[in-house]
Amino acid sequence: MDEMTGENININEQLKEASTNALRCMQCGVCSSSCPSGRHTSLNIRKLVKIAGRSSDILKSDELWMCTTCYNCQERCPRGIDIVDTILKIRSISAYHNIILPEHRAVCQMLLKYGHAVPINDDYKIKRTEMGLEELPETVHKYTDSLNEVKELLTSCGFERFTEDNTDENKTMENTA
Amino acid sequence: MRGLSLFLGCLVPNRYPGIELATKLCLAKMDIDCSDLPGASCCPAPGVFRSFDKTSWLTLASRNIVLSEELERDVLTICNGCFSTLADANHIIQDDEKAKEKVNIHLLKIGRQVKGNIDVRHIIEYLYQEYGPEKISSFVERPLDVRIAVHYGCHLIKPTKDRGLGNSERPVFFDELITALGATSVDYPDKMACCGAGGGMRSAMKERSLKMTEAKLAKIQEAGVDCIVNSCPFCHMQLDSGQDDIKELTGTEFEIPVLHYTQLLGLALGFPAEMLGIDTSIEKNRKLMELLDSQLES
Ligand code: SF4
Ligand code: SF4
Repeated sequence: MDEMTGENININEQLKEASTNALRCMQCGVCSSSCPSGRHTSLNIRKLVKIAGRSSDILKSDELWMCTTCYNCQERCPRGIDIVDTILKIRSISAYHNIILPEHRAVCQMLLKYGHAVPINDDYKIKRTEMGLEELPETVHKYTDSLNEVKELLTSCGFERFTEDNTDENKTMENTA
Repeated sequence: MRGLSLFLGCLVPNRYPGIELATKLCLAKMDIDCSDLPGASCCPAPGVFRSFDKTSWLTLASRNIVLSEELERDVLTICNGCFSTLADANHIIQDDEKAKEKVNIHLLKIGRQVKGNIDVRHIIEYLYQEYGPEKISSFVERPLDVRIAVHYGCHLIKPTKDRGLGNSERPVFFDELITALGATSVDYPDKMACCGAGGGMRSAMKERSLKMTEAKLAKIQEAGVDCIVNSCPFCHMQLDSGQDDIKELTGTEFEIPVLHYTQLLGLALGFPAEMLGIDTSIEKNRKLMELLDSQLES
């Protein structure tokens, strides 16, 4: 890392805070040997726990997104480390710094537009009516006022930051992280 | 006991309407007081949205909870992901006064306030705890003598400290609800393993997530079962349409029927497959139904 900009000091501080619990890790490997993802992917959760608070490199690693949040590791960790919660916190830091996989951004866009991560389509409207169900379910799909409430809440929480692709910020990240 | 409101989520109404119908038919037949929950949204899904931003996750989840509070009903979920989000959010609202205040500042903008005075239930634990296997048995009109691989899924039972449904290494409650219908729950290695879909993996790393699915399906096939039964439409999709994806990717064919518990229950309560969204134009499902029909005749 060439220089410490305000941005990356911030990131490092955030990572440290998110992973305080992980400092208790004794690197026993119970987590990785319980990990269904690790058997088939490059995720080594023991290593991820080790580097969690140490370097912002973790934000650039694909492995951060290979956890299914199955909680096996957290259930079995002899040190009682909240491994999954730590991963989630680090993912949030990543998302806040606009490091977001395009597929995940697309899911966020769906939520903001439809109030559903997986909205209905014409095929399933037909399927529903064929089964004797109403074409639209009793959800935001059927009630515009409800959809507007969802949109208002998401806006109130600043959710748009996850739906807009801000490439400039991405570049900043590449230079600093 | 408070009445229930049915929280649909996204996948059930928009991709698996058969599970929605099966649930409604079963609840009505068992005379369980459950209303619609008009205007509900995505829970929002724990995988992506909780990962990204806890505030918007908690706020949107709280809106769904408020809708049920206003009906003075507990929320009934039929998806492990929805259960995870809504039960966790509900605990935060009930236990963390500050978090609740913050959420209510957002909710005020739409004229609502969350109180934290209802419970969030999952149909599996609800049926088990409020009815129990024996009482469920008494509703059965058509015992199903089939071999079943139960897939609990992760978020029904973990994190155990929050779910309070006992140990996650070898639970039995779901299996007991299966045997209550006359079926056999077949043990298999890695029974408690994840389907592979969670945490946003299916959406962003589908091929890798399917490797976990393939490993699990291989173990199930070795055990020799007539179908897989799950409690979550997300696991359902991964285990069911995942079989087609795997066939395309690796050529491995499994041909194992996959049912949500409400569909299996529906069959046992005497509803025909078509009413439960079990597509019998698909070869593997047709075979399962033929097996069940042959039992009726004998
Ligand atoms: S199980 Fe816990 S203590 Fe052991 S390596 Fe993993 S995180 Fe560290
Ligand atoms: S929660 Fe994630 S890291 Fe832990 S065992 Fe499951 S997939 Fe592996």
